[in-house]
Amino acid sequence: MLEVRNVDAFYGKIQALWDICLLVSESDIVALVGSNGAGKTTLVNTITGLLRPAAGSISFLGQRIDSLPTHSIVELGISYVPQGGKVFPEMTVRENLEMGAYPFHAWKQKDDTFQQVYEIFPRLMEREKQLARTLSGGEHQMLAIGRALMSKPKLCIFDEPSYGLAPLLVKEMFETIQNLRKQGITIFLIEQNVRHSLEIADRAYVLENGRLCLEGDCAELLQSDHVRKAYMGL
Amino acid sequence: MNWRSLALKSFLLPGVVLLIVLIIMAALPSFGSKYSIIFLSTIFMYIVLTTGWVMFSGPTRQISLATAVFFGIGIYVAAILGMHLPLVVMVLVSGLISSVMALMVGGLTLRLKGVYFTIFTFGLLELIKNLINWYEVTFTGTRGRFVVVVNNNTIYLYMLAITGLTLLTAFLIRRSKYGLALQSIGEQEEAAAHIGINVTVMKVSIFAISAFFMWAAGAVMATRWTYIDPFMAFNMNYSFTPVLMAIFGGVGQLGGVVIGAIIFAYLEQILITQYPYYYMLLFGLVMVISMLFLPNGLAGMVQKWRARTVGGGNVHS
Amino acid sequence: MSILEGQGVTKYFGGLAAVSNVDFHVDQGEIVGLIGPNGAGKTTLFGLISAAVVPNSGTIRFKGENITSLKPHQICKKGLARTFQSVKVFSDMSVLNNVTLGAHFGRLQRVSEARATDEAARLLEFVGLSGRATIPAKDLTLVNQKLLEVARALATKPEVLLLDEIMAGLNSTEITQAMELVSKIRAQGITIFMIEHVMKAIMSVCDRIMVLDHGKKIAEGTPQEVATSKTVVEVYLGE
Repeated sequence: MLEVRNVDAFYGKIQALWDICLLVSESDIVALVGSNGAGKTTLVNTITGLLRPAAGSISFLGQRIDSLPTHSIVELGISYVPQGGKVFPEMTVRENLEMGAYPFHAWKQKDDTFQQVYEIFPRLMEREKQLARTLSGGEHQMLAIGRALMSKPKLCIFDEPSYGLAPLLVKEMFETIQNLRKQGITIFLIEQNVRHSLEIADRAYVLENGRLCLEGDCAELLQSDHVRKAYMGL
Repeated sequence: MNWRSLALKSFLLPGVVLLIVLIIMAALPSFGSKYSIIFLSTIFMYIVLTTGWVMFSGPTRQISLATAVFFGIGIYVAAILGMHLPLVVMVLVSGLISSVMALMVGGLTLRLKGVYFTIFTFGLLELIKNLINWYEVTFTGTRGRFVVVVNNNTIYLYMLAITGLTLLTAFLIRRSKYGLALQSIGEQEEAAAHIGINVTVMKVSIFAISAFFMWAAGAVMATRWTYIDPFMAFNMNYSFTPVLMAIFGGVGQLGGVVIGAIIFAYLEQILITQYPYYYMLLFGLVMVISMLFLPNGLAGMVQKWRARTVGGGNVHS
Repeated sequence: MSILEGQGVTKYFGGLAAVSNVDFHVDQGEIVGLIGPNGAGKTTLFGLISAAVVPNSGTIRFKGENITSLKPHQICKKGLARTFQSVKVFSDMSVLNNVTLGAHFGRLQRVSEARATDEAARLLEFVGLSGRATIPAKDLTLVNQKLLEVARALATKPEVLLLDEIMAGLNSTEITQAMELVSKIRAQGITIFMIEHVMKAIMSVCDRIMVLDHGKKIAEGTPQEVATSKTVVEVYLGE
């Protein structure tokens, strides 16, 4: 579904990514693991069109997307939940969610999607009419996820979705991600919470200093010495 | 720590150069033409207004359009007291009055954020202008007043002194912990308050200090006009032009601000004399083009050029 | 007498009670954890203590003195510092200067330039950022920015430090390092009140934990007590 081939990326003059190759197949949950500063968000920015790769190609459903503007990429069916939520502060919760349904195909179904999102995050329904900036940090996260879901994506990229969430919510959130897969959404998950993400994902890639250093089946990676020492503190 | 010798280098060498420049400038009246003396006085005025504006609006990122208010009150105080007091006393007195007024205004306006603050300061200008006009019309029966005439060389020397003082103050503040504190207020006001910075006192103080210099400039320049009325004294050009000059020169560096003011004022003079009918149009065109291609002002352009030739890049985490 | 305590602290935003009649206390030398579901009012409570927001009712005392009506900079000078959930470093300033500012303004006595810079350098080393002293703060990773906030807060020589979710976004190794840092800070005699969601950290480092939900305190006790409390598990931990 999503194919990244030999991608290099720069921030100004500084190279952030070297020769990245990764593959996300339909109905997969693929995880990307790496420390802060390893280049995870850079990679995501390159996929979503906020950054142009200096080399290599990115394809989605067979179509090249690396030179497309972000809004076209969203129309094609990729949705992104940024780290820390990034909600529209002066809009209400409901309006934020409506904004998520902006792509044409999503707008028609938005009433149904509202119900689905409220089922997953009942707290959002509680705070429906509140301005987004009055929400707590974790509620921002929930809202951002809900907003991404409103666009009825085929591929959903989650950037640190468990950031700042209470333990109960973290569990629910990872369950939600698994449920989303059941609804036919493919998931690309970037997470610090290595244990949880490797447990629910099928495959994973490990990014270090802008290079992919490990990849493979999650069960194997959970056993890998390197992963356990560097990321799980074991 | 090596920074001590570095500080010496960055202070001593430019300090000596500036001193030489200062001495030459001070001696100018004896050998310069009358036109150049008057022209330079105008440039000094713009440097003072622009630097004064940057002192407050630079770090705090709150754009004030009240420059003309303080400049104009300086002019008016000169007009009212100029008949009775020597220039020196008058300049000092008007400066003190302006600071007091700035403290009052500052206390009120600094609670406003962003655009609201800017509009308020602009409204203040209109208010004062019309207030004084009303007062004159109602009570004195006439509009405007005459100002004591002072010779051009004296004006020039006073402006030179005020410019020097303004630049010195701006430089010292920037380098001090207060300059750093002001910058932090502009970036993250809440965090600044939480590390012990009294945000209100800082903002109002720097507002008052900048107003002091604007007033002083007004008081001296007033004597050049010989006749003034509220509409001349509280001309919104003196609020907007310093902002344009600062942005043109580059708000980040003090040197940029000064050069911006000089080039701008020079450009204005040339355009007015050469193309008296089109100069506004040309001026505007120059502004638009420079904004498109030099968003960080001239100083920004110089920095980019230096970075390219020196070739250094940041060591990132 | 606790070094930091509050009675009946209440804050309304619009019609909603973000914090409702909360009593709390932190004793000198303790590390107290503050946990609760998202939106429970934890950061709001910190904001009330640090005077970022003004309570509708209730009093807060620091070292026996009523600080409820003071301004943030005054509270900082009295010896209470905090970090922010959404990191608020001074982005265009160098890392070193961020901390130097804290040293200059956060204390009651004046500090010389040299002294402040030395203190700042020492604190950067303490949190592990000394290699990055001259780069602009915006170029730091999120984790390092959080460490910078801690260093900056420490520069104000606090007796009580409020930490707001400094472990969010850290991987396991980084969490262990952060826990060590928290212990090091307590070893310096600083009392710590910390909001966290990372259970591993809270359970091992805190002496006592307070639990908020919907603005009210619903539990308080040792980590063991809180972890096994039925209400807490239901509402927050979800084991």
